[in-house]
Amino acid sequence: MATNTLPEQPAAETGSHAVLEVKDLTVEFPTDDGVVHAVRGVSFSLEPGQVLGIVGESGSGKSVTSLAIMGLLPRSARIHGEVNFQGRNLLRLPDKEQAKVRGKQIAMIFQDPMTSLNPVYSVGWQLQEAILAHQDIGKDKAWARAVELLDLVGIPNAADRAKNYPHEFSGGMRQRAVIAMAMTNDPDVIIADEPTTALDVTVQAQVLDTLERVQENTSAGIVLITHDLGVVAGMADRVLVMYAGKPVEIGDTDSIYYDPRMPYTLGLLGSLPRLDAKGAEQLTPIRGAPPSLINLPPGCPFSPRCPMSRPNCDSDEPALRPVAGVDHVAACHYAEELAGDVAAAEVFETAEADVQALEELDHLGTLDQAEAEQAEERA
Amino acid sequence: MLSFIVRRLLIAVPVVVASSVLVFILVANSGDPLADLKGRQPPVPQQVIEAREKLIGLDKPLPQRYWNWLTNFLQGDMGVTIRGQEVQPLLWQRMQITLRMVVLASIVAIVLAIGAGVLSAVKQYTVTDYTFTFAGFLFLSMPVFWLAALLKEYGAIRLNKVFGQQVIYTVGPESPNLAGSFGHRLADYAGHLVLPTIALAMISFAAWSRYQRATMLDVLGSDYIRLARAKGLSRSRVMVRHALRNALIPLVTVVAIDTAAIFGGAVVTERVFAWQGMGSLLVQGVETNDPNLLLAWLMVTSVLVVLFNLIADVLYAVLDPRIRYG
Amino acid sequence: MADTRVPPPGAGADEAGDGQELRRTEHGVQVHEVASTTTEREFTVEARTQRQLIMRRFLSHKLAVGSLVVFLLVVVASLIGGRLWKYGYADITDEFSSPPSLEHPMGTDSIGHDSMAQILRGAQKSVQVALMVALLATTFGTLIGALAGYYRGWTDSALMRFTDLVLTIPAIALLAVLAANVAEKAGNWFFIGLVLAALQWTYIARVVRGQFLSLREKEFVEAARALGASDARIMFRHLLPNATGSIIVNATITVAVAILLETALSYIGLGIRPPDTSLGLLVSTGQQAATTRPWLFWFPGIFIIVIALTVNFIGDGLRDAFDPTQTRVRA
Repeated sequence: MATNTLPEQPAAETGSHAVLEVKDLTVEFPTDDGVVHAVRGVSFSLEPGQVLGIVGESGSGKSVTSLAIMGLLPRSARIHGEVNFQGRNLLRLPDKEQAKVRGKQIAMIFQDPMTSLNPVYSVGWQLQEAILAHQDIGKDKAWARAVELLDLVGIPNAADRAKNYPHEFSGGMRQRAVIAMAMTNDPDVIIADEPTTALDVTVQAQVLDTLERVQENTSAGIVLITHDLGVVAGMADRVLVMYAGKPVEIGDTDSIYYDPRMPYTLGLLGSLPRLDAKGAEQLTPIRGAPPSLINLPPGCPFSPRCPMSRPNCDSDEPALRPVAGVDHVAACHYAEELAGDVAAAEVFETAEADVQALEELDHLGTLDQAEAEQAEERA
Repeated sequence: MLSFIVRRLLIAVPVVVASSVLVFILVANSGDPLADLKGRQPPVPQQVIEAREKLIGLDKPLPQRYWNWLTNFLQGDMGVTIRGQEVQPLLWQRMQITLRMVVLASIVAIVLAIGAGVLSAVKQYTVTDYTFTFAGFLFLSMPVFWLAALLKEYGAIRLNKVFGQQVIYTVGPESPNLAGSFGHRLADYAGHLVLPTIALAMISFAAWSRYQRATMLDVLGSDYIRLARAKGLSRSRVMVRHALRNALIPLVTVVAIDTAAIFGGAVVTERVFAWQGMGSLLVQGVETNDPNLLLAWLMVTSVLVVLFNLIADVLYAVLDPRIRYG
Repeated sequence: MADTRVPPPGAGADEAGDGQELRRTEHGVQVHEVASTTTEREFTVEARTQRQLIMRRFLSHKLAVGSLVVFLLVVVASLIGGRLWKYGYADITDEFSSPPSLEHPMGTDSIGHDSMAQILRGAQKSVQVALMVALLATTFGTLIGALAGYYRGWTDSALMRFTDLVLTIPAIALLAVLAANVAEKAGNWFFIGLVLAALQWTYIARVVRGQFLSLREKEFVEAARALGASDARIMFRHLLPNATGSIIVNATITVAVAILLETALSYIGLGIRPPDTSLGLLVSTGQQAATTRPWLFWFPGIFIIVIALTVNFIGDGLRDAFDPTQTRVRA
């Protein structure tokens, strides 16, 4: 298995100690069909006040990574590696000790606000519970703090709303309540697993805004997991791109967005429509689907979908190596070729409308006529 | 909340009324109370039959008979049986006896079902789980009368041998001519209740525990449980305060729906243990084609079922804030 | 382990493993076309039809399959065995109250009936009633549930209130009153089956209604309607096949419940009556002799349990086969 080299901290930032350090995290799930290698060696470090965006498709292993850090994976999961927090490897701790860290020093926000909150208890009660679990203060004080937090995340009439039940909150408000819950004990790390995926775009903006405000207030490090590159661009300081259970590119946000060095990253960026595109732009969807994590063939997992793949890509899995300065690493044998402003449309095939079919329809006159003729044919 | 209860009560009334119509039509069409009179040899003269009919009220049209019966019933007058007994006190007395068994069995079954269901879910796929599941299937497939008979014929004797004296009784709800201190009588009731309650409870427990297991598994897999754990709460707190609290809600509905079935089971169980309760009353009513008795029996049972459903609805609203204002 | 050195551009430029065309982009990146077949590495399993998938899942559930075998054996034995066995259920032999022996594998009763013949007959009646109930109740219940779920509104309310009504009365009571209705008809298994079906359809109706309520909101229904499909067509061709799983599972539950209800009814004397016999009736008469002649009590009881148990297991297996996302105990 390829080992990854951790990107060295840039000189300007040494002096601050990483608040969370993940080393070679591996997670396997035994199933009826075989062993699923959900996470195959993730390493990263998180500084206080820093936002790390973890990007990837469904099934890339990003959620499993976050659950592994929190210790919330099912008992059947086999986990290896290190999750170093305040000098301890959390993975080695018994569940009771992990529970002390959870919700207090490392907090998590989940994807679906509609189902994240317990429907039978009021929002205020659930916040109060989070506070009382880690702080030894009276119930009244805890309730007051809960109301305070709801106010902080922008819930109007916090004192009254705290008595409401989750079904009386809108989706965006619920997510903000969940963020408030994550903040209750002033965590050092907040892991947000797709916090905006289930929300409308306008609500997304509000929630992200809230997250930013939280960060300013607590100077916590945030791990922002998402498949939405736009969200990451707005908030993250550093980006980690995951594919098939492994990071394939890590770097500063600007570096990744303007100088991607791994074909997958390039393809991802190219598949986004952009408002600042010059002239007519063609999108580059990446053909195919991610590989099965059960029978992973040797070599680079992206190889079958990669227009740049060469024979050795199918046999040697590339390791993460520095490609543009010491902070930017990528896992590609041919990362150098992507240097210097290579456009996605160059490398990937662009999506085209089925021009031929459109021409035929045009030929038939109007679309209605075409439908009528088609209906006749079928009859 | 109060408006919720009131609304539910208001809905219950038409249900009971409709029930009464159904019941009346049913009984009016099911058997002829004068059958044995008509079938006698030598044939009874027509006038006698007609006179009898007039006496019982069979000469009037159906809707009128219904109305007469209903108005009387609502005032507490349930008429007399074929043999001339007053139905109302008879039914009342029998009901108390049967309710003893039904209520106790329900409570026992609920407690056991929750325990077994939750344990099964928490320890999914372990020996505990398989054992409970198999037991559930077994009791689900077992006819209540056979289980009751089994307990009666085999269990009682053995258990009494263990205690060295007769502690478990198999006939009737209490010893004849029971007298003495409250404690003594309570022990007597208990001794008579044990076996029938177990028989009745086991069958319900089987169905409910499987349901509870499924519900618990559902709940355990939900997002809010994950969030609760992510908050750093202890496993036991998450299990009881969050998981169980949510998993109990659907059970309320299931128990309510099964109320009628439990009554049915009680009818059969009473037969096994020779209890003079609602069960034997029903059989008596059917065998003698006694319309007043049957009408009263079915109506009372119907009202009880609706009442239990109402209680269940209210309980549901207490447990689940989402439906409180629905 | 991995070779991280990059071969200089130009070297081996014209080789791509699949013999695909290579070209260089304006920035000198060497690319080739990504063939769609190479991206389907994960499809190592051949596609199967829905029915095949369900069959496979059911067959992998060993307990259910075993139960199916046993159940079929019982059905066949009860339907045909009675005719093949040397004794008829009404025959009176010389030996009475004799324990199981080679001659009478399940013993005889106090009058001299051969228990095995009686049990086979009783099983036959139970199975007949149960299957008939399942058929009738399922058909009728599906129809009512479909109408209620599809049309909603008043139809739904009315139908559902009616089923609620039927449910407020204990089955046994209703059955007792109905079944004892007319003296000649009482005891006739067909009539009992009819009456039982009249009660059981309500459960299936609720289930189907629930299914139709949620299914009718799905897009494929809208699409069908947009294409001009009639209500009937939508219900039968589109919604019904999707509800089949629930219907079949509930039908098996109905069979099990029907067996238990019929035997209970016969036990209290209001079901199948002498001279015919039912497993419930056998238990009733055998109960008095339970301690002295246990075979008269145990055999009929065990038969009832076996029939109901196998049906329940089959139902469980079917439930898993139709919906693999359900959590189950792999017994």
